[in-house]
Amino acid sequence: MNNYELMVIFTPVLSDDEFKAAQKKYAALVTDAGGSVVAENPWGLKSLAYPIQKKTTGLYWVMEYTAPSDFNEKLKIQLLRDESVLRHLCTKLDKYAVEYNAKKEKWCKNR
Amino acid sequence: MAKNEIKYLTAIKTDKRVKKFCRFKKYGIRYIDYKDVEFLKKFLNEQGKLLPRRLSGNSLKYQRKVSDAVKKARQMALLPYVTDLLK
Repeated sequence: MNNYELMVIFTPVLSDDEFKAAQKKYAALVTDAGGSVVAENPWGLKSLAYPIQKKTTGLYWVMEYTAPSDFNEKLKIQLLRDESVLRHLCTKLDKYAVEYNAKKEKWCKNR
Repeated sequence: MAKNEIKYLTAIKTDKRVKKFCRFKKYGIRYIDYKDVEFLKKFLNEQGKLLPRRLSGNSLKYQRKVSDAVKKARQMALLPYVTDLLK
């Protein structure tokens, strides 16, 4: 069970409830693969630094989760198949990163 | 000639070069978050290119972590690959 962090950019044309539905879909993917979602942080609409697929804005979404190591491959297939996903990045978190995220989470909670 | 104006033969070296230090070692930062764009911008020059170690003063271990984080941020369109007047 390793800690991972997934960041996904959805197309801006996605409506709000579709955006939520997509989030729930991927979160459900994690939980039924035996993992657990640690934190979810939708940034919402943000302007991109350079146009991706002729779009200059995107819906950002960051999810931190723990999952068995073979889960990411399945996740990648799902993400590549989904047209509404412009780009995704999955990073492995070492212990300093987990500690950093936990501190940041606590910090912005009581702010 | 003003009394207190002393003329030196050679100019006094006035610009004391500030000693560079690795901010990660000094402040004990362990993890560089690729989502923290404002912090990463300190290591980029005007065109959005990575600053070399001699200018940023980082140690090798953290310079590599910074470059990894910047490349991830560029991949996720948080930082531009090339631009002008980034700051």
